[in-house]
Amino acid sequence: MTRPEQTSSAIVDAAATQPPTTPLLRNIDPRVRLVVCIAFAFVTVSLIHMPSLLGALGLAVAAAVMARLEPASTLKRMAALDGFMIFVLGLLPFTIPGAPAFSVAGFEASHEGLWRAAEILLKSNAVVLMILALPGTMEQVELGHAMAGLRVPEKFVHLFLFTVRYIEVLGREYRRLRTSMRARGFTMRCNLHTWRSVGYLFGMLMIRSIERSERIVAAMRCRGFQGRLPSLADTQTVRGTDRAFAVVSLAACIALFTLEHA
Amino acid sequence: MAHIPDGVLSAPVLAAGMAVTLGGCALGLRKLDHDKIPQTAVLSSVFFVASLVHFPVGPTSVHLILNGLVGVALGWAAFPAILVALLLQAVLFGFGGLVVLGVNAMNMAIPALLSYALFAAFARGGNRKLALLGAGLAGGLGVMLTAIMVAGSLALSGKEFDAAAKLTLFAHLPVMAIEAAFTVAAVGLLLRVKPEFLGIAAPEGSYA
Repeated sequence: MTRPEQTSSAIVDAAATQPPTTPLLRNIDPRVRLVVCIAFAFVTVSLIHMPSLLGALGLAVAAAVMARLEPASTLKRMAALDGFMIFVLGLLPFTIPGAPAFSVAGFEASHEGLWRAAEILLKSNAVVLMILALPGTMEQVELGHAMAGLRVPEKFVHLFLFTVRYIEVLGREYRRLRTSMRARGFTMRCNLHTWRSVGYLFGMLMIRSIERSERIVAAMRCRGFQGRLPSLADTQTVRGTDRAFAVVSLAACIALFTLEHA
Repeated sequence: MAHIPDGVLSAPVLAAGMAVTLGGCALGLRKLDHDKIPQTAVLSSVFFVASLVHFPVGPTSVHLILNGLVGVALGWAAFPAILVALLLQAVLFGFGGLVVLGVNAMNMAIPALLSYALFAAFARGGNRKLALLGAGLAGGLGVMLTAIMVAGSLALSGKEFDAAAKLTLFAHLPVMAIEAAFTVAAVGLLLRVKPEFLGIAAPEGSYA
């Protein structure tokens, strides 16, 4: 059993990668961060001119720096932009007519198409980076509470909070079941046996998780749970720094908008 | 595969997706009992975890969508369940985007609802073989309709996406086959062990 060692090394890793002081952005009220992120996403998606798009990416990078996102893992996540979408973008230069830029196997790529692909790439990456920097740095539970604070329906928030918890449980259970399958010599191949076996694995996963959830609900009831989480009712007050952050960010969004329409 | 990032789709498509998802979630949440929230969350997490399981296909690999299975198990609650999972995928991994969340949720939840209707029609009689056939069809249908809706979202956003839209359909063919087989196995197990979870009032001893 290597488990105790693993946990201790995980703790050491976490301590080593944790920045010594809390970055500025992580102290901002989660509700404010969420609203700012949504506003930024809407403005960015509406942009079409290169200068304003570069501005949006600049803002997102600034937010990422302020949130002290780890560059390596963040870049990896951005590169993992759905493989299929890279395909979609790759096709654009060939499907949009215009002045030819270069040709591949007899197909002409147009300047307009390349431009359009670059525009989409800038937009999607700016939004993803802002998501990772603002709501992405929150504890997921914090994000749930932020949504509750913004009047998202309570049932939705409950569903969100329970899901956050179960992903952890399910992921662990999945790894355990996969280990036991591997111990019996199972490897993933491209055949019916694989698909069926993993289907059974997920069926088992669901049965165990559902039964677990039933036990949890019973235990929560026993402690007086009546279908609502009382902690969701507490609302934090918005402080001066939060307000300042909100004003600055919204001003930046408005600046982007003006740059676009200037 | 079915996560469209921000910046690709046109404003009308984005607005339509948002409206449909808001409506679907409102209905789904209204039909969702407080007691059922933990069970629904289990399916949300299954949907989330499924995207991390890669199946080898030829030189590449694909991952499942599982909206068919989520639909079969949840019915209308599939809408909020899928939205929650997509929101978490966006925040944790940067999959998809924020403004496009409505379209992505719609593209996976509408097929989930239709899968549910299809499975319910097949499973009603209490015949195990028919129910399993329904499960396979529901699993395949979930993926196929999602591919069609993703292709439609792209095609409606501009002529330049036509080629990409067609490719989307082909790219999802292997996922469709895998997911059909997968869903038959998963539902088969659930029918045997916990039929009440699938929301079908089965007489004692049926589906055995």
